[in-house]
Amino acid sequence: MKQLVNIIIDGKSIQAEKGKNLMLVAKENGIFIPSLCYYPHIEPPLGTCRTCTCKINGRYQPACTEKVDEGLTVEVNTPELNDTRKALVEMMFAEGNHICPACEKSGNCDLQHMGYELGVSSTRFPHLFKDRVVDFKPSRMVMEHNRCIKCMRCVVEVKTNDGRQVFEYQNRGNETYVGIDYEQEARLSEEQAVNAMHICPTGAIIVRGVSMSAPFGERRYDMESVQHDYNKKRQQHRKREAVMGKKIVATVSLAGCFGCHMSLLDVDTELLDLVELVSFDKSPLTDFKTFTSRCHIGLVEGGVCNSENVETLRKFREHCDILVSLGECSIWGGLPSMRNSIPLSECLEEAYLNSATSEAGASIIPYHEDLPKILDRVYACNEIVKIDYHIPGCPPDANHIWKAVKNLLWGEEYSILYSEFKYD
Amino acid sequence: MMDRLWELQLKNGCISDHDIKQLAADFGLAEIEVEGVVSFYHFFHRKPTGRYTIYLNNSIVADHKGYNRIKETLERETGATFGSTDRTNTFGLFETPCIGLSDQEPSALINFYPFTNLNAIKVKDTIAALRRGADVESLADLPADNIRYAPPGGTVFFRPFTPGSALTRAAKLGADGVLEELKKAELSGRGGAYYPTWKKWNAARSQPATPRYVVCNADEGEPGTFKDRVLISTQPESLIEGMMLCGYAVGATEGIIYLRGEYRWLKPRLDDAINRYRAAGLLGKICGNIQGFDFDIRVQMGAGSYVCGEETALLESLEGKRGEPRTKWFFPVEKGYLQQPTVINNVETFCAAARIVETGADAYTQLGIPGSPGVKLLSVSGDCRLPGIYEIEWGMTVAELLELCEADDPYYIQVSGPSGECISIKDKYRRISMLDLLARKDIRSGGSIMVFSRQRDLVKVLLNFAEFFKSESCGICTPCRAGNFIIQRKLERLNNGLANQQDLDELKQWGLIMKNTSRCGLGKTATNSLIFAMDKFADYFHTRIDKDAHSLNLKFDLEAATEAYEKYKP
Repeated sequence: MKQLVNIIIDGKSIQAEKGKNLMLVAKENGIFIPSLCYYPHIEPPLGTCRTCTCKINGRYQPACTEKVDEGLTVEVNTPELNDTRKALVEMMFAEGNHICPACEKSGNCDLQHMGYELGVSSTRFPHLFKDRVVDFKPSRMVMEHNRCIKCMRCVVEVKTNDGRQVFEYQNRGNETYVGIDYEQEARLSEEQAVNAMHICPTGAIIVRGVSMSAPFGERRYDMESVQHDYNKKRQQHRKREAVMGKKIVATVSLAGCFGCHMSLLDVDTELLDLVELVSFDKSPLTDFKTFTSRCHIGLVEGGVCNSENVETLRKFREHCDILVSLGECSIWGGLPSMRNSIPLSECLEEAYLNSATSEAGASIIPYHEDLPKILDRVYACNEIVKIDYHIPGCPPDANHIWKAVKNLLWGEEYSILYSEFKYD
Repeated sequence: MMDRLWELQLKNGCISDHDIKQLAADFGLAEIEVEGVVSFYHFFHRKPTGRYTIYLNNSIVADHKGYNRIKETLERETGATFGSTDRTNTFGLFETPCIGLSDQEPSALINFYPFTNLNAIKVKDTIAALRRGADVESLADLPADNIRYAPPGGTVFFRPFTPGSALTRAAKLGADGVLEELKKAELSGRGGAYYPTWKKWNAARSQPATPRYVVCNADEGEPGTFKDRVLISTQPESLIEGMMLCGYAVGATEGIIYLRGEYRWLKPRLDDAINRYRAAGLLGKICGNIQGFDFDIRVQMGAGSYVCGEETALLESLEGKRGEPRTKWFFPVEKGYLQQPTVINNVETFCAAARIVETGADAYTQLGIPGSPGVKLLSVSGDCRLPGIYEIEWGMTVAELLELCEADDPYYIQVSGPSGECISIKDKYRRISMLDLLARKDIRSGGSIMVFSRQRDLVKVLLNFAEFFKSESCGICTPCRAGNFIIQRKLERLNNGLANQQDLDELKQWGLIMKNTSRCGLGKTATNSLIFAMDKFADYFHTRIDKDAHSLNLKFDLEAATEAYEKYKP
């Protein structure tokens, strides 16, 4: 006989089966609690990712390790809790080296999806850029340690037919990673191996040859949010004071690829509206080398990789009222920051001395007082100056840039639809 | 599994690929599982660690007492650099967090034998003697117990203990009577959670499942704590008897002492005491002539991991796995060791239980203050003339304690280690009791007191703590694994003078996020001292930041950032 108990979630009374997992109860009642490690059939629950943290009877507890009982009072959607969960997802992005545009799992990735659902546009934490080695040794799989969030799913779930583990945590602390047993991996059937790839919430476990079987556009998280009230939640009312007259905009590309500028041009016919409304000061579009006036808004593409970038960025801060990071490189370093976990000397030697295209006997690494000095790593713009807004994406969608800039300049209401808050 | 690993580590100085294969085959595991266990514990190595493996303590107290000097001397004398061995594979040098000798720092373990109060000359002589082939054990120090203070009416813990005395009285009282005594004495868990001991025992007792286990947590890893070391060294009998009382009360048949790897040198002492008990017919079958009471005790060695002091992580470790804390889906009293009902208590709790039953709760409650009766052991270290163990009556003020230990210009007092609370000298009239200091919610406190004088750099102290947590996190939950890393980076920024007010605000906010979301006590408490310090020493932190807080330009050390490139200057 199933015993029913009464619980309250966000003020709503709910009847549920006693002892049932709170995550399941919430889901059945249309209440979205984010989670990355939870799997209904794993018991006891893993409780590793902590993104389902709620306030249960006034205490912070993860929902996934809570059994429903009479009188349970749960807070899920409070501004503080939503921010805490967002922080945890940001922490995962800051800790790993997640380069979504270069990832096979993009669009099928739970972590990326959770980033969208929670409205993560940049991480508040500095990226840690820990050097992680990609393990190509297993016979069928590739272990991409850069992407692993140590959720424990594969450790517990993936077993050989005789019950041996294939994955296990190694080391501890910030050195922890999930190791793979080559011998046991080879004994998995094709189906088991593909299943391992699918239960991984990120792109850390990749099975060669089948990782791209669903094309972009047909992947799990391509268009729809799982939260029915997503768009309502994301509505942010940011009234800014309107600026009169024609607006002046400056743009620059630091350590970037000019892709964000290309995206800017994709505004298409609205470009015609744009020139009516704004004029460009220092920008590759005008080819002005120096500022000629104070600007309302500065758009910065790319991170900071050399001393000249530092100087230019500081000039931008000096001359612009609002400074916006445009694109991933500017926000946290992006693709150029792939060098951050490797010593500078190795990068330079590889580029100038040992690469396939360097001349035989090359022995010079350029250094001249007229050349900008290369920094030890690529820095995010907000490590050098204060950045007011971030527009994420690689590159950000043209319409999104236009909309954001318009909203910033004229103080209009700002809200993003789920379909717009997608960047790959 | 742990025993096999220890055996290999001690015999060969490392655990080789071949050993891993063998162990995997013997235990029916995948090799990666064995590797996972080995890599979790820092006393297990995959590479050779030399004939003499030296672990130097890098805790903050050691740092203040001249750790760097010792480190330099060791490297010079042995020809090895820290983290590896010398070319001949004679000496291996490694750092390790607190080894429970904070009252006689700097200290090190050589082949797991303690060497205390080190100085350059002593290091030189020791290394020279080892080179000549001297025996490590005979060179090693016997760490002083440094018991400095007992209550005016006489000590509770450190009187000689007659084996069997508590047990005889327990047999008269019956299981219910034992619990009643503990309830009256208001004994609560001395590992730091202060959960009423009788409640825990009672919960285990009412479980239907058998067998049941009694586990003693002798893994005091909190830097600055060493009370369990002194108890084990001087009072193994009362520890054993405390565990037996528990076994008697809850109906358990086996007791296990989980002894931290750092205290390996104390294992013979425990084993001796256990053997004496067995010989006297107090352990084994029909213990102490109590019909139906079969109970035995064994010692299980830990292998270097702070998080194993967390009770569920300790259970995992006992089962020969990685010491990852379990979720609170079940309590250990429901499903603990081998999924059986298990009582886990700290060394001091068992010793106290033995004393309470020996003399009766009434005598015990004469001491202390209302709401917090009895005595407590404190491990005092840092900038004071008399570091050591202080057995205080609950209710003593911090000021009295500082006077007793002859503290030297105290300014900043770390209560209960890095995961505890820090207080300023301004709070010196606060009472040490279960009502205030030591047993506040969300703070684990084994009772260590580290005294820092005005000359010490607070940010460096906190940075040392952050580094400790960064490497001691078990690594499976996000906020603790990533959070401690992030906090450490941020503190480095502060230490380098690059931080501004916003960085301080963020440190606090991020600390709270970790506190609210971490899986076990380690992550929940890792930022305690940081948050407390930032409140209590706001002025001090203010002097360490870039005052130009509203600046749109952040501080950036261009010189440091281009240093690596400058070497290509022709």
